[in-house]
Amino acid sequence: MDNLNKAWEGFKTNKWQNEINVRDFINLNYTPYEGDDSFLAGATDRTKKMWETVSDLMRQERENNGLLDADTSVVSSITSHDAGYINKDEEVIVGLQTDKPLKRALMPYGGYRMVEGSCQAYNLTIDPKLTEVFTTYRKTHNDGVFDAYTPDIRACRKSGIVTGLPDAYGRGRIIGDYRRIALYGIDRLIQDKNEQKDLTNLASMTADVIREREEISEQIRALQDMKKMAASYGLDISGPATNAKEAIQWTYFGYLAAIKDQNGAAMSIGRISTFLDIYIQRDIENGVITESQAQEMMDDLVIKLRMVRFLRTPEYNELFSGDPVWVTESIGGMGIDGRTLVTKNSFRILHTLYNLGPAPEPNLTVLWSNHLPEAFKKFCAKVSIDTSSIQYENDDLMRGFFGDDYGIACCVSPMRIGKQMQFFGARANLAKALLYAINGGKDEKSGAQVGPEFDPITSEYLEIGELERKFDKMMDWLAETYVNALNIIHYMHDKYSYEKSMMALHDKDVVRTLGCGIAGFSIVVDSLSAVKHAKVKIIRDERGLATNFEIEGDYPKYGNNDERVDTIARRVVKQFMDKIRRLPIYRDALPTQSILTITSNVVYGKKTGATPDGRQAGVPFAPGANPLHGRDTNGAIASLCSVAKLPFQHAQDGISNTFTIIPNSLGKTREIQVDNLVSLLDGYCGNDGQHINVNVLNREMLQDAMEHPEQYPQLTIRVSGYAVNFIKLTREQQLDVISRTFHEKI
Amino acid sequence: MEKLNDTYLKIHSYESGGTVDGPGIRFVVFTQGCPLRCQYCHNPDTWDAKGGQIKTAKEVVAEIIKYKKFMEFSGGGVTFSGGEPLMQKTSLLPVFKALKRQKIHIALDTAGTTNIDETTLNLLDLTDMVLLDVKHLDDTAHKKLTGLTNERTLDFLNILRDKNIRTWVRWVIVPNINDSVEYGEKIAGFIKQYPNVELVELLPYHRSGVFKWKELGIEYPLENVPEPTKEAIKELAGILENNGIKTLYAK
Repeated sequence: MDNLNKAWEGFKTNKWQNEINVRDFINLNYTPYEGDDSFLAGATDRTKKMWETVSDLMRQERENNGLLDADTSVVSSITSHDAGYINKDEEVIVGLQTDKPLKRALMPYGGYRMVEGSCQAYNLTIDPKLTEVFTTYRKTHNDGVFDAYTPDIRACRKSGIVTGLPDAYGRGRIIGDYRRIALYGIDRLIQDKNEQKDLTNLASMTADVIREREEISEQIRALQDMKKMAASYGLDISGPATNAKEAIQWTYFGYLAAIKDQNGAAMSIGRISTFLDIYIQRDIENGVITESQAQEMMDDLVIKLRMVRFLRTPEYNELFSGDPVWVTESIGGMGIDGRTLVTKNSFRILHTLYNLGPAPEPNLTVLWSNHLPEAFKKFCAKVSIDTSSIQYENDDLMRGFFGDDYGIACCVSPMRIGKQMQFFGARANLAKALLYAINGGKDEKSGAQVGPEFDPITSEYLEIGELERKFDKMMDWLAETYVNALNIIHYMHDKYSYEKSMMALHDKDVVRTLGCGIAGFSIVVDSLSAVKHAKVKIIRDERGLATNFEIEGDYPKYGNNDERVDTIARRVVKQFMDKIRRLPIYRDALPTQSILTITSNVVYGKKTGATPDGRQAGVPFAPGANPLHGRDTNGAIASLCSVAKLPFQHAQDGISNTFTIIPNSLGKTREIQVDNLVSLLDGYCGNDGQHINVNVLNREMLQDAMEHPEQYPQLTIRVSGYAVNFIKLTREQQLDVISRTFHEKI
Repeated sequence: MEKLNDTYLKIHSYESGGTVDGPGIRFVVFTQGCPLRCQYCHNPDTWDAKGGQIKTAKEVVAEIIKYKKFMEFSGGGVTFSGGEPLMQKTSLLPVFKALKRQKIHIALDTAGTTNIDETTLNLLDLTDMVLLDVKHLDDTAHKKLTGLTNERTLDFLNILRDKNIRTWVRWVIVPNINDSVEYGEKIAGFIKQYPNVELVELLPYHRSGVFKWKELGIEYPLENVPEPTKEAIKELAGILENNGIKTLYAK
């Protein structure tokens, strides 16, 4: 009890000390901060040296084809590796995924083929014993999925009408409430999980109950393993953290367990900075640490988060380029009681972009509200102008749906921390579905009958009524096939690659969502507008398939704040969402969708024929919900207004908008630029836009970086929902980024 | 509202959010038609009063109102630029009235090339601020540079002073024409007589509009004139600041 008293000394109590309730703890104990950035401390010499060492390792990694080292014989688990260090004596916060920095772990449970493919790509030889185990004795998630896939689903995967499905790798988009370890310690969490399990000791053993009991048992084992992992670093996390350093360390250990256990596509960390501020504030007030030490701890944590690595295949890199892991941290926002959730630590974590230089990870996400303190708004705008490393999501919009303790998983997916998880669903290609509607379900590239054999459109010119009817039916089929695939995927993921460590940091009864997604959004909207407002002639090839279109006359294009087409955009979002809503979903998950492509807009474009909006075959789609490059000719604000009109109600998994502006167009002086960026974000949020990536850069700089990558090791840019080191993008994607709209006026 | 339906304007184009034509984020309406023929004009495609698209006042107002949120958050508004917006002052009057009902901040970006009549005065009563382009203080130079006398511009500025309308004076700096230290001193002395002038905006002459001249098949008169350097602009701004005049320019 002494330890508890010490850990919680000075904290106000209400509910949280009697139940697992981090939000209650935060709400009672945090100190809102309305001041400016003048209190911040620079990097200490230790931090500079540490970052230099890590930067050098990262340079070696880049020069070595993107991989420094990988484990080829040990299957990764929470306790698989000995303690790993960069420089043991100098580290403030400790813990690496494997025994050496940037050494990638072997995570075969998602799919062994992925592991083999990755190793082949990097000329690594896997321990043959391991291959034997995973090809003879131990089934993976990927094996399970393909046991159950239908011919229809396989055909869709092949044609690319659905792509990026998490059927061969970890699904991710689950956020453990890592803060719980700091606040309660592992023993208390195990006790809670045991109580949860005891609830069904006398219940009838139905499939649901059996699964739950097995899962809780797994979770308890994971919690025990976390203690062992911490012990290997000489730390005991059975009890709660007693000071700021421990709070950061305990929280990070929870996250570290997750990334040793799972290679999920997006492994977000949640909403930790304001929580951690409570401990930092207490230590500073008690004279235990200085501001410089507080910043040093956050800097060191961020260095660790920048080092998260997974072993991926080249195909995966094509979809999600630049080696992203989505260590998304949600910063700021407002409490439902009206107080801001911005603390000094919200500043500190953003300040790491100065102390360590810009970087894509962690994926720093500001929960923007029109009510945020002005000084914080200005600081964020300044950081964006200087680093192009942060994204913004509309807290005023999401708070009503998710309360005030949600976090963003991956890019744009909001979820209540520790209470909600997602079944990640990648995305369906609506632009291709539109072509299937025209071609009677035949694929315009292969000629194969992929969709149902409807009558194709046979007229010379497309007619809007007929096109919409046929498209609607094609979407019925697509939604069903797509959701079937996702149901299979998540059934098998739970069975063969259950996220025990992350789910151990959730409540017993979590809300599950099925995060569907759509790609080719602006193409579909513009195509329907073209057919409605201009004349679109079909050009058919020798197979009789529509493979090109001629547009006679002009038509209103999405992205110009023009109601004639924006109303189509709104409708398409709801239309596809309603299709998903009608379908049965695994584990009674709630259906949602996102309009987000990540960097897969390039691959999707490649796999899709010419479309009725005038886009040529193979040309990249716009990312996420963006208007197609060059079509938003009324300026940046008109473009923002169009995207902001899309109904979040029908796309609760997020609506991604990537916005690039040249510095001069924000205004003539630095002060004006900061003010205008703040107003732009306020206006976008005030219009109910959900997400915006902000890049403030010149095209010329990116062109130069393509030619001289060695001079731009830390050049960071926001793409759809995440940030990347520009020089790590494939050449094709670099060109795609450069070809996109750089708003030269707003 | 009736007036809005049967009042017509000739519009060159819109910009949904300007950050360089007045304070905050502003919707910019570029009107078609201009009486001046400035040698450095970067929008010669707005000159011809017969060109442009015809819009009703109602359409123009509706387009502006779409951006109200951004105006409110930024302390911005709408800027009427051109071309010379005052060429269409009669049609602008009902537009300004409608915008005022919506509490939208109105800026007028003009060279003041109009006669001071009742319409002008009524329009100014609805105008929150003016960006007044003073091309040259010397009339001969002004004629050479723009084709017209500067009398109307200077009369207009006097009215702005009388009505105490917030004014930013814009000075497009063209090497060898109006970039000397003496001219800077002259501008400073002149501006000091106008307490309604909040600041002077220094706009370095730029060549980004030259292609439009080519497209229109007109010979570009300043072919060999270079863009002024940042240092030159800073030096001229220094002269104004030494005279206690606030400046604004790209840093």
